[in-house]
Amino acid sequence: MWAVRFSLFVLAAGALLGQRSYTPADILEGQRLFRANCVLCHGPEGDQVPGIDLGHGKFRQTYSQDALIKIIQNGIPRTAMPPNNLQDFQAEIVVAYLRSIATTGRTASGNGNAGRGKALFEGKGGCMQCHRVGTSGSRVGPDLSDIGALRRTVEIERSLLEPNEEVLPQNRYYRVVTKQGETITGRILNLDTFTVQMLDSKERLLSLNRSDLREAGFIENSPMPSYRDKLSTQELADIVTYLASLKGL
Amino acid sequence: MRRLFLLIVIAGSLSAQVSFERLLNADKEPQNWLTYSGTMMSQRYSQLTQVTPQNVKNLEQQWVFQARSLEKFEATPLVVDGIMYTVQAPNDVVALDPVTGRVFWTYSYSPSPQSRPCCGRVNRGVAIVGDTLFMGTIDAHLVAIDAKNGRPLWNTTVAKDESGYAITHAPLVVKDKVIVGVAGGEFGIRGFIAAYDVRTGKEVWRFYTIPGPGEPGHESWSGDSWKTGGASVWMTGSYDPALNLTYWGIGNAGPDYNGDLRVGDNLYSSSVVALDADTGKLKWFYQHSPHDEFDYDSVQVPVLADIAFGGQPRKVMLWANRNGFFYVLDRATGQFLLGKPFVEVNWASGFDEKGRPMRISGKVPTAEGTVIFPGNQGGTNWYSPSFSPRTGLFYIPSWVNYSSIYIKADAEYTEGRRFVGTSPRSLIGGLGGAKTNNRREDEGNGAVRAIDPKTGERKWEFKMNDVTDAGILTTASDLLFSGGREGYFYALDARNGELLWRANVGGAIAAGPMSYAVNGRQYIAINAGNSLFVYALRQ
Repeated sequence: MWAVRFSLFVLAAGALLGQRSYTPADILEGQRLFRANCVLCHGPEGDQVPGIDLGHGKFRQTYSQDALIKIIQNGIPRTAMPPNNLQDFQAEIVVAYLRSIATTGRTASGNGNAGRGKALFEGKGGCMQCHRVGTSGSRVGPDLSDIGALRRTVEIERSLLEPNEEVLPQNRYYRVVTKQGETITGRILNLDTFTVQMLDSKERLLSLNRSDLREAGFIENSPMPSYRDKLSTQELADIVTYLASLKGL
Repeated sequence: MRRLFLLIVIAGSLSAQVSFERLLNADKEPQNWLTYSGTMMSQRYSQLTQVTPQNVKNLEQQWVFQARSLEKFEATPLVVDGIMYTVQAPNDVVALDPVTGRVFWTYSYSPSPQSRPCCGRVNRGVAIVGDTLFMGTIDAHLVAIDAKNGRPLWNTTVAKDESGYAITHAPLVVKDKVIVGVAGGEFGIRGFIAAYDVRTGKEVWRFYTIPGPGEPGHESWSGDSWKTGGASVWMTGSYDPALNLTYWGIGNAGPDYNGDLRVGDNLYSSSVVALDADTGKLKWFYQHSPHDEFDYDSVQVPVLADIAFGGQPRKVMLWANRNGFFYVLDRATGQFLLGKPFVEVNWASGFDEKGRPMRISGKVPTAEGTVIFPGNQGGTNWYSPSFSPRTGLFYIPSWVNYSSIYIKADAEYTEGRRFVGTSPRSLIGGLGGAKTNNRREDEGNGAVRAIDPKTGERKWEFKMNDVTDAGILTTASDLLFSGGREGYFYALDARNGELLWRANVGGAIAAGPMSYAVNGRQYIAINAGNSLFVYALRQ
């Protein structure tokens, strides 16, 4: 019955790491935990602390898998590395995510210019029709004010080129048609048996009774267009560099 | 109806103590709720009829009790002659006025900090006989409490909490004994059910849910695996006085997801056992999931019913199991009468003539992972189902279209440490995860499913968007009350599943509803989030 509490994954973990395989969902969860607990200091690439590159196994000394898990949980005394309230399995999939960084590489577009990228973002790219940075732009799409602190450049690039590759649950789009015939689309915030909460394309926070709807359902594809054929390689590099520079408050 | 209520009130006021006779005939005094599931038959069915399909829309909240606890609030209250008793997690017994919600007294028990129940520091309720309440604790004690003043009368150590033993269910009183079973299947315990003298707390009998050397069934465990095989008890049992049998659901074998260390059927894990209530001797058993590797505990309340089955009146047991199958058993003999999936199942294709599930090749945990339906939380779990003798239907809180990826890894036993053998992965986690829901339909949902026990056919379904941890109550006016993680508490027409009323209780429901009456007024009670909500018709 123990899985009634999913968050209590506890295993005799470390010794087993080498034998494990991880599902994409595990890696995604490891990524989420990394972003929630580690990214502030280590950066989205895991290479923000001098001398350490988590994604490529570069540490100040050699650690076993078990030791890495313990460090994640207990921190390193007398250093800036704090303890983290993660269960064994959670720490394990953080390590699994970090390992996956090495295999997913860096961006294809290379280095760009953040200033030119900002101009593209706000101009030719039309990004602010959906996205917001700071106090400018639309709230309909994901707010990108701190995207550079949360996402790796390779992930940002992938979102620009293949926007349907990964749509996080909190960014899923939903479409309803009311009984009066009004069609509303927007980002789904919550869905239950009787109601729908969404941020619609006019930036309205809407709560709708499902009994008032004629149709309701997820929009399969992301409303984000692919920029594969819309931007040159250099322009893409510029936008990625700009977005990677956005670290939030 | 008014006359019936008047009689009930008089009867209640004359009954100073709760005799065992009263517990046996709890259905005769429906103003009270005397056991965890309402009666010894565990149907979670109320004879009260003041609230009807016609007027249920006029239900309104009467009071709220906010528990001083952030744990899941899983207890079902008792109501005894105008006093309500419930448990604030982990182990505080609270006596309340069931009309106003005001507290008479609180008995605070401090469990050992070493106690570590696997699935939350929870408790599902108390039992009563005479003037004494009984509570199992998460550090595996059984405590008797004076129902008038909340003072402890005796405190018996049932098992060692430091080894992973715990008690989370409401005890069951049979005659002069109070019966409990132990949790801890994820810590390599050896499970048991034991009966204690209600006056002294002395152990009278003990039934090990894993047979020891020389006992029948011991051969179903390889090597020494029986010593650490789990087979917990999570939920309150039932009792048939004519047969003098008490029935209990037994939890999964350990380690949960790696059966290589425990070759064999692993009796009596994932089974129901029928025990002589006086001696604890095994009368019969039926194993729902032989050699379970999916954590498919038989973690359900045994629901007893007298129905026509195969054209004959029959004393049966109805059971919707975590493994996705609905069962009908003869409760006198344990004979398998019917087994049919009530949700998607891909680990077994059906049953042989003896009622043993026929496994589907390759559907086992592997190092790479195997997708199994139902997933790790099961097609249902500990949440109480209900049987209505009026509609003849069995109602199941169900997880629909739900799977997990089962991955096998080594496991090594260390006393008091988890002993499970890796963890299944699922899109839907346990209670306490994300509070909002943006899952797609193909990622699983909850439902109340109404099954005809004569055939196993589904008669209707009430679909929820999110999954459910809520039990079900039915009434003699053909109402069904339940809810789910979304934080709605609702009433359906038990005959057809039509939604009749709902309230937003603002927190996930992880408990079973119950009903009682005071001074001729019917109340419906449900826990949600950390609070107990009580409803009655607008006056």
